[in-house]
Amino acid sequence: MLTTLRRCLGRGALPPDQAAMLRARLVRHPRGLVPARAQLAHVEQISLFVRNVEKEYGTVAFVADFASVPAAVTEYLAKQNLSSELIVAPHPELLALPWADRALLRWRVGRAEASDVVSLQHAFAAVAETGTLVLPSAAERPTTLNLLVETEIVVLRTSRVVGAYEEAWDLLRAERPGLPDGGFMPRSVMLVTGPSRSADVEQMLELGAHGPHRLHVILVQDGAAAAPAC
Amino acid sequence: MLSTSSAFKRDASAALADVGLQRALERTKPHFQHRRTAAVAALPEFEQLREIGREIKDHTLVNLDFYLDAWAEMVERAGGTVHFCATAADAREAILGICRQASAKIVTKGKSMISEEIGINDFLEANGITPVETDLGEYIVQLGHEPPSHIIAPAFHLNRDDWEARFRAAHKDLPADRVFRERRDILTEARGELRQRFLAADVGITGANFLIAETGSSVIVTNEGNGDLTQTLPKVHVVLASIEKLVPTLEDASVLLRLLARSATGQDFSVYTTFSTGPRRPGDLDGPEQYHVVLLDNGRSAMLGTEFQPMLRCIRCAACMNHCPVYGAIGGHAYGWVYPGPMGAVLTPALIGVDKARDLPNASTFCGRCESVCPMKIPLPKMMRHWREREFERHLGPPSGRRNLALWAWFARRPTAYRLTARAASLALGVLGRKRGRFRSLPLAGGWTAGRDLPAPEGETFFARYARQSRVER
Repeated sequence: MLTTLRRCLGRGALPPDQAAMLRARLVRHPRGLVPARAQLAHVEQISLFVRNVEKEYGTVAFVADFASVPAAVTEYLAKQNLSSELIVAPHPELLALPWADRALLRWRVGRAEASDVVSLQHAFAAVAETGTLVLPSAAERPTTLNLLVETEIVVLRTSRVVGAYEEAWDLLRAERPGLPDGGFMPRSVMLVTGPSRSADVEQMLELGAHGPHRLHVILVQDGAAAAPAC
Repeated sequence: MLSTSSAFKRDASAALADVGLQRALERTKPHFQHRRTAAVAALPEFEQLREIGREIKDHTLVNLDFYLDAWAEMVERAGGTVHFCATAADAREAILGICRQASAKIVTKGKSMISEEIGINDFLEANGITPVETDLGEYIVQLGHEPPSHIIAPAFHLNRDDWEARFRAAHKDLPADRVFRERRDILTEARGELRQRFLAADVGITGANFLIAETGSSVIVTNEGNGDLTQTLPKVHVVLASIEKLVPTLEDASVLLRLLARSATGQDFSVYTTFSTGPRRPGDLDGPEQYHVVLLDNGRSAMLGTEFQPMLRCIRCAACMNHCPVYGAIGGHAYGWVYPGPMGAVLTPALIGVDKARDLPNASTFCGRCESVCPMKIPLPKMMRHWREREFERHLGPPSGRRNLALWAWFARRPTAYRLTARAASLALGVLGRKRGRFRSLPLAGGWTAGRDLPAPEGETFFARYARQSRVER
């Protein structure tokens, strides 16, 4: 196939200096234009993120610290009149939560199955530009939690809200050390913006297609200094 | 997929007379346009992004051999397999091979126009494997045994009653007297029916909006989540992608993603934009055990280095057809192959031959709206003109067309004769049509007047008026 392409392009393989230039571009991965709307002070990025999640039919709740997450989950489920059975991502930050205080919640840790109704996921980061959650797959962040349930609740630290997609890529590159040259990508990186929907019936938008009907973000205020876990 | 593009004129006439289709077009046509306009207006940098996007694609295309090589190396490093396929038949065989190795009985599918191009559904069925479309629009057209009529809204031509009728006929396990009160009920039923298929599937096939050389990733964008279920649950994930989907880096993909959803559905971003890189990693609790990319050429490399190369920039957003007066009047099926509208009028002749699709580049008013909304700034009208030239050079059109062009050329090269004739015709038509102001029918112009009236000339030619006004101004 490469030979065919070169014939059509009217040349042989690229000369070594040109190939080296292209390789250097891959390594440098220069940014294109980052819209001004994403380039804000961090506090404003957080409020832009919240506005965009709500614009895309998601909901957001703020909590002061991780210890308050179980209460926020219970409160949300009660308000929505939802099942109090949770499938929880095996992420250290979620496993360390004081679940015992919430006797009414029943929870299981692992990947989601078809019978699961509500999931509690951990966000790697989020992009303010469009209200987008960044959910890379990992042993502690199964992808099925984003897909099989009717309601997905996502825990996100405020320090992990960035302005643009490019900043999220740089976080991934920086925090998966030992895997240079593009090898830093996990099996899957899902960028999730609001709950599942379809406009296939008469081009009218309806929420709740194959993925979750509801997407709720619990924003944990952690200042800017907190060290990321993974 | 077999083409019926050679019957375009017949099928376009039938489409104009199709009451259900006209109802669907009338209702849905403006939505996409309004939503795109609003999304573009909300991003001041949109025009600059178009320019940068075009540069990224042009840069990738002239170095496509390098980037494909780099990409394939990264796919293999992540534990995936690349199947290079020159033709549709090669791609079908590659997919069948993967399915057989997995002893697959059910294959779920995310939306992929290339899968229509290679006709994979019929092929799998003929080989005893059941393909299940999972995008709602694709699912309903599969139930109706018809192709999609739009590249991002497959069921653009259907009305709500069509959905209900097809669901009743297909979902026999549900009570026959159930009522669909609102559109949501249709979605709920589809979710329930397809959920079982997602869980039962042995192989999931998706398309790809982009392939990324830096990381060896494939990218899909969906709103429903069906593509993600398709590529997460079965033990084998097959990505079906064509060579021009390649971009160098994640940053380059980010630029194009900012353009894609806004141009397509008028969203700022699709609900699910997913980057897949290789199979499940050690420790992962879910995800496929195998990751294959079936990479298809099928005539695209032959467009490189020709006047049609810019068409390979296309990111399949459908803005061109959403803004096309011809598509808006006849819908997608009349175009007769996978890709309708202006992008199809350019791409179809390149992929199946201009001899089989000569009417498509002619089915344009050259109003230029397609080019003006194209996020990749593809000069679609200019390329349709190139196809018209090739069609003429190869004598593919009817002899009457050549005779009329020869007649016109004779006059065009003789200005005095042209002006005299035009003046006489315009005077005569002006007198004849003075009363009504328009002609319902005219001898030798039945093809025109069948669809609309011809306004009567005022009696004076453009040249005459221009000369007169110039004199006055002086």
